[in-house]
Order: sequence, then C-alpha cells, then structure tokens
Amino acid sequence: MLAKLLICSGKRFRQQAGSYEEQHVPLAAKDVIMDNDIKGSTDNPWQELRRLTPARIALGRAGTSLPTSAQLDFQYAHAQARDAVHLPFDHAGLSAQLAERGRPSLLLHSAAADRHSYLQRPDLGRKLSPESAQTLRDYAQANPGGVDLAIVIADGLSALAVHRHSLPFLKRLEEQATADNWSLSPVVLVEQGRVAVADEVGQLLNAKMVVILIGERPGLSSPDSLGLYFTYAPKVGLTDAYRNCISNVRLEGLSYGMAAHRLLYLMREACRRQLSGVNLKDEAEVHSLEEEHAQDMRHNFLLDAPKV
Amino acid sequence: MARFSHAVGNETYRFDSLKDVMAKASPARSGDYLAEVAASSDGERVAAQMALADIPLKHFLDEALIPYEQDEVTRLIIDTHDAAAFAPVSHLTVGGFRDWLLSDYANETSLRALAPGLTPEMAAAVSKIMRVQDLVLVAQKIRVVTQFRGTLGLQGRLSTRLQPNHPTDEPAGIAASILDGLLYGNGDAMIGINPATDSIASICAMLEMLDAIIQRYEIPTQACVLTHVTTSIAAIERGVPLDLVFQSIAGTEAANASFGISLKLLQEGYEAGLSLKRGTLGNNLMYFETGQGSALSANAHHGVDQQTCEARAYAVARHFKPFLVNTVVGFIGPEYLYNGKQIIRAGLEDHFCGKLLGVPMGCDICYTNHAEADQDDMDMLLTLLGVAGINFIMGIPGSDDIMLNYQTTSFHDALYARQTLGLRPAPEFEAWLQRMGIFTQADGRVRFGEQLPPAFRQALAQLS
Repeated sequence: MLAKLLICSGKRFRQQAGSYEEQHVPLAAKDVIMDNDIKGSTDNPWQELRRLTPARIALGRAGTSLPTSAQLDFQYAHAQARDAVHLPFDHAGLSAQLAERGRPSLLLHSAAADRHSYLQRPDLGRKLSPESAQTLRDYAQANPGGVDLAIVIADGLSALAVHRHSLPFLKRLEEQATADNWSLSPVVLVEQGRVAVADEVGQLLNAKMVVILIGERPGLSSPDSLGLYFTYAPKVGLTDAYRNCISNVRLEGLSYGMAAHRLLYLMREACRRQLSGVNLKDEAEVHSLEEEHAQDMRHNFLLDAPKV
Repeated sequence: MARFSHAVGNETYRFDSLKDVMAKASPARSGDYLAEVAASSDGERVAAQMALADIPLKHFLDEALIPYEQDEVTRLIIDTHDAAAFAPVSHLTVGGFRDWLLSDYANETSLRALAPGLTPEMAAAVSKIMRVQDLVLVAQKIRVVTQFRGTLGLQGRLSTRLQPNHPTDEPAGIAASILDGLLYGNGDAMIGINPATDSIASICAMLEMLDAIIQRYEIPTQACVLTHVTTSIAAIERGVPLDLVFQSIAGTEAANASFGISLKLLQEGYEAGLSLKRGTLGNNLMYFETGQGSALSANAHHGVDQQTCEARAYAVARHFKPFLVNTVVGFIGPEYLYNGKQIIRAGLEDHFCGKLLGVPMGCDICYTNHAEADQDDMDMLLTLLGVAGINFIMGIPGSDDIMLNYQTTSFHDALYARQTLGLRPAPEFEAWLQRMGIFTQADGRVRFGEQLPPAFRQALAQLS
C-alpha cells in the first residue's frame, strides 16, 4: 500500500512538472513535453562554488522558485531550530551524570515561569525566582568562605546545545581549573535562564569569577551551539561590557579543547588584572587573524580570472 | 491629572499625555508590554485610537513626546519642521489626516511636497489608526527616488541588497555568494557585507574586494561593509574606496549614544562619504538600518512606544539624504515583536511612516528562530511590501544568513516578487543583466539566459 502511494505521488509530480514546462516551449515541441523525462527544476552550472561556503548557494530553481528538495531541506532545518528552542531542559539527566562524576549540583529556576514568558520577558530570565535565590543563600550560609569559580549551566535558547555539549566541555574546563587550584562551586543548573542570571548566582555564592554555559539562539545550520560567558567579580546589574563571550562551541564549530583553552586564558588574565569584559580581549589572537584576511581578500576566483 | 479622555459606550478612558495616548493606541506588540506602556485591554486600545483620532495635528508641534531640552532628535524634528509644507493638512485632526491620505487629494506630488511638513510623531499617530490595507494603499502613492550608481525607488521597480555574509569573512566564500546572487539577478541596491571581524584592516580589505568586483564586471551597483561610522571614516582617511556609509540609528539621542553615535558624528560620516565623489548618477550615500525595539533595548525610550521611537529614527535618517534606509523588522526578537502577525504589521508601519516622511525605505523581511514566525509569514510581508512599493529588500542565498543566524528573503524570493507583481530591478542594473545575458523580464515574467555569461564562466574555470 505504501509503495503504491509513493509511485502515485511520483507520477503526479512528473505530470505537474511537465504541464508547467508546456507553457514555455514552442508548440512544435509539445510531443516531447508529455514525456516523463522532463523535470520542472533546473540545476545551476555553478555547483562547484558550494565547496567555498556553507551558504545555501547554487540551489537550482523551479521556474524562478526553490526546487522541492531545497525547499524541504530548509523547512527541516527550521523545524530543528524551532524544536531546539522549545526542547525542555533535562536538568535531572545532567544532574545524574554530574553525580556519577562525583560533582554535586543545585537545581534553580529563573523568575520566568515558562517558555512563553521566558521568550517575551528577558528581564525575568535574568534573575532567579525568589525560592531559588533563597536556596542559594541557604547554601552559601552552610558553606561560607566563597569560591574561586562558580559554574552555571542554563538552557538559554537551546536546551539541545546544553544537553550535547555542556558536560564534555565542563570536563575539559574542570581538569584545567583544578590544575590551577581554583575552588569550584557545585554546578548550578538554571531552568529558563539568560546570561545575566549567572551574575546573581556568582554574587550569592560569593564567587571571585562566574562562568555560564548556555544554549545560544539556534541558527538554521546550528541548532546546538553552546555559548560561554565569563564575569570577574560578578554582581547583579552588570552589563555585557563586563562579560567575555566565547561563542559557537559545537562539533562543527569551536572544539571543547579550544574553548576551554581560551576561557582559561581569559580567566587567568582576569585574575591578574582583576577585571573582565571589553578591557580584557584576547588581542594577540584577534590581531593575527586580521592580518591574514587583510592580505587575502583581493585574491579570489572572481578577481583572479583572466579578462574575457 | 488626565490630559486626554474619551467616552465610548458606558466607559470613559483617560490618558495622561500625548505619549500615553500614542502608546495605548498602538496595535498590540510584545515590546510595548515589556516597556509597560501598552493598553491594558483591547477596549482601552481602541478608545485610545479614538482619542488619538480627535487630536489636531497641530498639537504635535506643541507637545513633544521627548522634551526638546533633553533630546537632540526632538530638537532636529522641531527645528527642521517646514510650516509651509505642513499648511495643506494643518487644519486636520489625526483621524481627518487618515481620510485625507486615503483620498485623491493625496497623490505622488502632494505627498512629496508634504513630507518636510510632517513630524515622525504625526506619521506614527496616523499609522496607529490605519489598517494593513491603508498602510499599503497610501505608501503605494509615494515615490522616494535616490541615486548613486543606480536609480532606486522608481515606480514598478524593486531592488535587492545582495548580502553575501560568511561566518569567518572568507573571501572565496563571500565571492561565491556574490556570484550566486548576481546570477539570480540580485544586487542592484548594493552588495553589502555584515563583517564577522570588525577590525579596520579587514573592513578595508573587504571594501577593496567589493570595489574590484564592481569595477571588474562593470556592475552598476554600490558596495557597503556594515561597520560603525567611525570605522568608515577611518577607512576613507586611509584612501580606501568606499561607496555607502553605514550606520545603525535609533529615534532618541540616548539610544543613538548607546550605538556610539550622535547627529554630529553622522554629519562627519556623511561629509567624509561625499568627499570621495564616487556616485556617478547622484550623491545619496548614507545607508541606515533601524528597527522597532532598539530604543527600548538600550533602555532609552523615555516611555514612548516602540513604533513611534522607530518613526523618529526616520527623522534622523532623512536629514542625511540617505540612499537607503532598512528596517530590520524581525531581527530583534520576540520580546519586541512576538510573532508573524506583529512582524508583518510592524514592517508595513515602518515602510509607510518612512515613505510618508520622504525616506527611501526598504525592509529586511526577517525572523529569528525563537520568534513565532516562519517562511509563510515572510511571504505575506514580502507580497504586501511589494504591492506597497518598497524600494528594496534583502537577497541572500536560500534565506539563511549563516553569519548572523537569522532568516531573511532569498535571491529566489525577489524573483517571486518580480514574477507575481511585475517588479523590475533598477533600470541601470536591468540593462546590465540583459547585457550579461543573465535574465530579461517582459510582462513580469523572468527569462533566464541559456548560457552562463562568458566573464563568469572564466571565473568559474579558476576553480576546476
């Protein structure tokens, strides 16, 4: 039954494609048009450009529109991104895996009650619920003296990113942090959290530094990108100017090892200079990248070709 | 102490100020709720619209929404107001103005003459009592034509900004997207890159690359690298070829300060651009981007609703005779425009207000993945703006911006608008497309050339 349906729909598709072409060809070619070999879409003869960019180029066309396969590829990518935004945060799973490693965790909630209010009220996602704030205060009272580094994991806009990448990344980070003899907080899991919630967590735990691992806004080709935001001397009310960001941690993006390396560099510099944010950029690295680009831009296939 | 009130049915609604009436009269959107300025019920919203409809346009010259002393944008609006141009509608209320705009009194000539007589607050006010079809119909009467190397905004034309972004600014990757776009007939508004690396060295390298491509293939278009105006000024000082000077702008002095700009700095950028004398047909060279919610996100909205703040940005824009102004409508996120319905309405409001004020409006018809919107919503806004006579839209490979992580209109989408609405590219670019054998357009239908243009065939041969 299934096979029959598939055959039927395939045949119907070809007929539609044929009848479309019919409008565009001289009458003399009419007999050819009725042949089932005709397809309504046209491939682009510049397919080789696709290896130069992940952009959706050389998609071909049906008439002037997207061919069916490109259209459905896009829809699937969007669906994945949407699913990532609305995937519930599996904090119990993360907590259990952390416990296996002997790492304690605390489960907290932002002031945003659900996804709907999280998306419309960024201010609520940036602060803890009253109950969660009390939980942290109680913890800090029972464990006085503060910590060097508070670690926060929040779902942000992609719980998928957090589920996939937060624990493998954290393992790298903690290995190096331990080597630096930094004391660590329990892993604080925040549901419906935004970046700035980490500052409140850090302040309540009396932490010298805080880092938050958070799901970034999903792109079509990157539904699972993890972001890292770091603040020295965290306190409520700091703006982005006081934070450093390392973005795009995922298999196709920045590796766990490289991300941990950059973050450790920033944290060590922050401890030395007692600040974070715009005044603490990884200047040497940025500089070398720039110089390379400055030389390269005028050499590409469009400009290197001999003139016709 | 209520300054405005309106009785309807058994209820009397009171409003504290013109600012309060305006905010509560705004069709519902998440940003106004976030700012806590929105109407608390649908009834209050329509009552505010009724109250607003009764307010004389002249009143807008007496009651500034943001005080004159506190805000240079207000000073610009008041100080440059053209009373003579305002005269034909100065006797009208906001409601009467809506009727006038829909009537035969409002035509291309009278609306062009009126523009310097309108303040952005008047435009925003009337838009709040207009339906989607009103916003489309009135905007369609208005032409705002600008020139640099091409002519934009003519009747029956639609241009595209080819946006070849790449996550690491790889030259070959950018060039690949440029060629794909050109072969789909996109790029007459500009070839404009959002750089991933915002350093002066890489910005200059990108500008030189774009200039070389435009010269090499004799494309009647203009280049832009979207960087801060101070970086553009620095590039000009280094002698780098720069066509359009870009800047994000907003409708309040404080919001502009959060972008690191002021009217004085924009003037410096404008003059630096003019000094290069690179326009062959005209000297419109500023490219501004705006978007509802930007003032609120900088906490610089003074309790003014986000759509009125946006209209005020157009007063900033028109002062510098821009080539293009682009409302990046769905980029900012669902806390300002929650879903497709809100994005569509906002895009049409922005286009209408901009055109009414004499600004060459385009729209980045877009959404992010955390907004309740999808391609169908974008198709609706594209179709509506096409009918409304928008000057330009974005063109990007497969709607997917792999650098900025959002979705905007594709090269194919522009062709859809050409086919369904008969809209042609800018005349100079249309002639180039024909000369290159890329496509021709007759009776709306787009017909692609049989062969790749020889010059581009040579370029592709470099890759094999």
